[in-house]
Amino acid sequence: MTHLTDLTIAEAREGLRAKSFSAAELTQAHLDAIEASNAALNAYVLPTPERALEMAKASDAKLGTGEGGALEGIPLGIKDLFCTRDVRTTACSHILDGFTPTYESTVTSNLWAEGAVMLGKLNNDEFAMGSSNETSFYGDVVNPWRRDGSDAPLVPGGSSGGSSAAVAARLCLGATATDTGGSIRQPAAFTGTVGLKPTYGRCSRWGIVAFASSLDQAGPITRTVRDAAIMLGAMASHDPKDTTSADLPVPDFEAAVGKGVKGLTIAIPKEYRVEGMAPEIEALWQQGISWLKEAGAEIKEVSLPHTKYALPSYYIVAPAEASSNLARYDGVRYGLREKGSDVISMYENTREAGFGAEVKRRILIGTYVLSAGYYDAYYLKAQKVRTLIKRDFDQAFETVDAILTPTTPGPAFAAGEKSGDPLEMYLNDIFTVTVNMAGLPGMSVPAGLSSEGTPLGLQLIGRAFDEETLFRAGQVIEDAAGPSPKPADWWSKA
Amino acid sequence: MSVDRATVRRIARLARIAITDDEAARLETELNGILDWVAQLDELDTSDVAPMTRVEAMTMKKRKDEVTDGYCADDIVKNAPAVDDHYFVVPKIVE
Repeated sequence: MTHLTDLTIAEAREGLRAKSFSAAELTQAHLDAIEASNAALNAYVLPTPERALEMAKASDAKLGTGEGGALEGIPLGIKDLFCTRDVRTTACSHILDGFTPTYESTVTSNLWAEGAVMLGKLNNDEFAMGSSNETSFYGDVVNPWRRDGSDAPLVPGGSSGGSSAAVAARLCLGATATDTGGSIRQPAAFTGTVGLKPTYGRCSRWGIVAFASSLDQAGPITRTVRDAAIMLGAMASHDPKDTTSADLPVPDFEAAVGKGVKGLTIAIPKEYRVEGMAPEIEALWQQGISWLKEAGAEIKEVSLPHTKYALPSYYIVAPAEASSNLARYDGVRYGLREKGSDVISMYENTREAGFGAEVKRRILIGTYVLSAGYYDAYYLKAQKVRTLIKRDFDQAFETVDAILTPTTPGPAFAAGEKSGDPLEMYLNDIFTVTVNMAGLPGMSVPAGLSSEGTPLGLQLIGRAFDEETLFRAGQVIEDAAGPSPKPADWWSKA
Repeated sequence: MSVDRATVRRIARLARIAITDDEAARLETELNGILDWVAQLDELDTSDVAPMTRVEAMTMKKRKDEVTDGYCADDIVKNAPAVDDHYFVVPKIVE
């Protein structure tokens, strides 16, 4: 029998219903794996074993009577950006030291209502700002993947690096994540996992620590496309507590998996063939095109002429909104407080001590672009550019059903390799950020290994609220690429 | 548009973040790098373009103007660094 931690969510669901094992056994297997692995990987910032076993026991009771939700007894990891009642939630920032919410985010409430089990809180870049999980107050997350013949630590991507590392290393069956500029899809690509950023509005943002409110969206990281469909079905809902939450029925996403791509038209945007792109990324892309073609899709080249403006406009919109959202951390109502001679210096000292370098940099950029006299030149301009980016996609989707691109310009890089230059780090999001700017759904699917032996992902972009087409095309890629290999375990303590 | 040291200090003050001289020097370079890079947006004529406000045309829902929550002062002050009864304690503001 395979290890319980190697199961997919779909397999675990069958096993639990058939009573081949109990939710308590499944949960314990994961708790043991976390115990043995977390020192090396640092994926969890707060394992919650007692709560996990309690929830698993409750699931076993329900499963025993043939009841239970869509995720009954399924052990998941929760990114530390989701507020969890009575469980410390810090967004991996020093400024939220010890913050213990008295409420539960809508997405996690939905998961618990469907019977999921919480294994603990997962590491992420501080306030989800980063592409390598090197900005967390709780330290770097280490990618379970290594380059062939090397034991140098690689980054797991970011900001959802704890989520991607935990899913890849079998420390949970699936994980919640959030994506503002690529924070679900890029870490998924770096770890050989599936990462889905749903359409803006598909999942409620209520109770998720805010970064850039017009871009933030929650989604799953899993090991298979089907598992992503199962998890998204439980995470998504219309929520009156979030005015940007879409009042639309949640489709049966899992039903779309396996429907194939016959009759669909998939677009290849020529602007994504960027200068200096690694030949192996180009080759992977061509491979993806052939797979979809062989499965019956029609392939068409399209033009998205404003692509190159997505990243610069993102670096106005996201910091602007962050500077506003993060104004609430002032040492008064929660988290850290540093002393000052008066109330202003208390604020200044608290925020100086509480925020890391990347967060400060973005707050200052945001404050600058929103300061008197600059709003029109920066924020308004960037929001207008978003309209142009969105228009490119709208025009493309008049004749195509989905768009295929690489997820990242390259495979996972080494820790410290890009952290010296903020601009170089930002360029990692070049293929993912357009999707956030337009509010569309995007999914990264593992599609092969790099010449270094590390995972690479392909990204599928869909029409607004058409995640189903992504699941159809994603499954075709997954089937063609074969089961995503498991990284060799170097991290478990004996 | 370039940012000088005094501007870095002014925006840090607006953002209520204390910064050292070393940080101010580093931020001056970094912020200029980022602002020079975003200046490529000037290539685009957006005079006739409306700013994006939403993904799909959707009217924002308004709820009824009624109380839906309350009587949870204990919860609200639970995480505060300094509390007196149900009040947040801050440094003296009015002399």
